[in-house]
Parts: sequence; structure tokens; C-alpha cells
Amino acid sequence: MRHHLILRVVAKLLIPPILMFALYVQFHGDFGPGGGFQAGVIFGAGFILYALVFGVETARKVAQPRSVRVMVAVGILLYGTVGLVSLLLGGSYLDYSVLADDPVRGQHLGIFIIELGVGTTVAAVMITIFFTFASRGRS
Amino acid sequence: MEHLIVIVLLSFLAITAVAVVMLHDLFAVVMLFGIFSLLSAVIFLVLDAVDVALTEAAVGAGISTVLMLGTLALTTRKEKTSLRFAPIPLLVVIITGAALVYGTLDMPRYGDPTAAIHQHVAPRYLKDAPRETGIPNVVTSVLASYRGYDTLGEVTVIFTAGVGVMLLLGSSRRQTKRKRGKR
Repeated sequence: MRHHLILRVVAKLLIPPILMFALYVQFHGDFGPGGGFQAGVIFGAGFILYALVFGVETARKVAQPRSVRVMVAVGILLYGTVGLVSLLLGGSYLDYSVLADDPVRGQHLGIFIIELGVGTTVAAVMITIFFTFASRGRS
Repeated sequence: MEHLIVIVLLSFLAITAVAVVMLHDLFAVVMLFGIFSLLSAVIFLVLDAVDVALTEAAVGAGISTVLMLGTLALTTRKEKTSLRFAPIPLLVVIITGAALVYGTLDMPRYGDPTAAIHQHVAPRYLKDAPRETGIPNVVTSVLASYRGYDTLGEVTVIFTAGVGVMLLLGSSRRQTKRKRGKR
């Protein structure tokens, strides 16, 4: 893609807003449409666009496949840990009401954290699958 | 007006599906799949399912198109065609389609407030969710809080998919070493 000047310039302009929009969907999902899954997919798509235009090797330097693979597990572990913490605090599994003094604030906190976990795992899985496909083509 | 938009979109959807079946150039088929997903996303948007539309647009039109193109790069661009007429698959498709159409006859009208799905737990969620969770978007509070187990299961499915792709397609370090040893 080294010669596609227009593609490269347009991608350079588009990728930051795409990633920002993903973060917006992630953290504004309580109030508007969206949530962790959508945010993760949009973030992954933005990153894949970067890898397509600037080359998979460059993308590998930005996000090392090994650390992305760790993020795959980190997201879902974050989700499960929230459940365990609510269990330890005397509630039932994934009952966020016990996470804070006020049940409503606890719900808010719990949903925020598990959405973060969902977003992390989804984005990391999308990027990992793309990296795996791309590296398969080289060999 | 809304009916008109939905009818136009659905006929575009049908045309795209027929074109997917008819074409043998897989590159064009992948592109049409992307258009199909985008059209479905717009239909979801018209039906006020914004969360689903967002997912469909990003997954269906975005990532899966890229992944299918990646698969094409690994395999071939042309579909293998067989000219032989196959009556049994045609029969199976017709019977399945007829059964599905017959099933829709019993479904409640779209947006019918007395439908069974709107009578079970939905009224309670709609009434109590903003007070219990303090979150205005009921979709988020149902997915993340009331149905937290289900969402955990869904994330596990995605996790498993990622691990599966890594195991099946990712060349582990041991394999690369073995290849080097052979050289």
C-alpha cells in the first residue's frame, strides 16, 4: 500500500476519530447506544484499518501480538473478578449492588468495569484474529 | 413512509442475496456480503435497534469483510462450480423455507404491546431499571446487570473463538523451530 497516497492520507485522518468514537461508545454506553462489545469491535476495526494501510509489520510494532494476546484474557478475567468481588462482599455472583455503599452507585461501578472487560476482550480478539490471518498469508 | 423505507431496504437485501448466490467471483461475493450487512444495519436502525445496528455495521460490514478477504488471499478467488442439477438440496431448501414462512404466520405483529415477549420481565425492567441501576439506557442495564451471566457467557464465546483461531491458524513457536531445523 506504499503507493496509495490518497488512501494513506484519508486513513491517517480517519483512524484517530474512529478510535475516539470507540472510546466514546465504550464509556457513553450507559447513556446512549453502545457498550463494550460495540466499542471493542469499532476499536478493532480502526486498528485493522491501520494495519491494512500501513502494513501488518508496522501494526505489530504498535501492538505487539503477545501483549494483545494477554489483553484477550485480561478482559474476561476483569469481568469474572467483578463477580468474585461481589461474592466476597456478601452478594451473589455478578450482583453489583454490594460493590459500593449505595446500591445504585454499586450497579454503576460494576457495569462500568464489566463493560471495560467486554471491550478489552472483544478488541483484543478481533486484532488477534486479524494478525493470525495476516501472518498465515506470509509463510 | 417508514414502511416504504423498510420495503425498499428489504428488496435491496433480497437482490443482494440473489446476487451472492448467482456470482462465482468470490471477491465480488465478499463485497456484496458487506453491502448485505450494511443494509441489515440500516434496517435495524429503522426498527430503533441502534445497539444492534452499531454491532452489525462494525462486525458484518467491517471486520468480517476484512477476514473473508484475508481468507480469499489464502485460498482462491474463483468458486468451484458444478453444473450437475442437485434435486435433494433444492428440496431441503424449499421445505425449510416453507416451514420458516409458516412459522412467521403465528408470530405477533411487529410492535404489538400484547405480545408474549412484552409481558414477561420486560415491563419490570423498563419500570425499575433506571431506578435500580441509575442508568438511562435500559439495553445496557439489562445486558450488563440483569443478564450479567449471559453477557459473561457471550464474552466467553468470543474468547473461545479467539483461542480457537490462534490454535488452528497461529503457528506456534515450536512449529517454526521445527521448520527451521528441517531447512
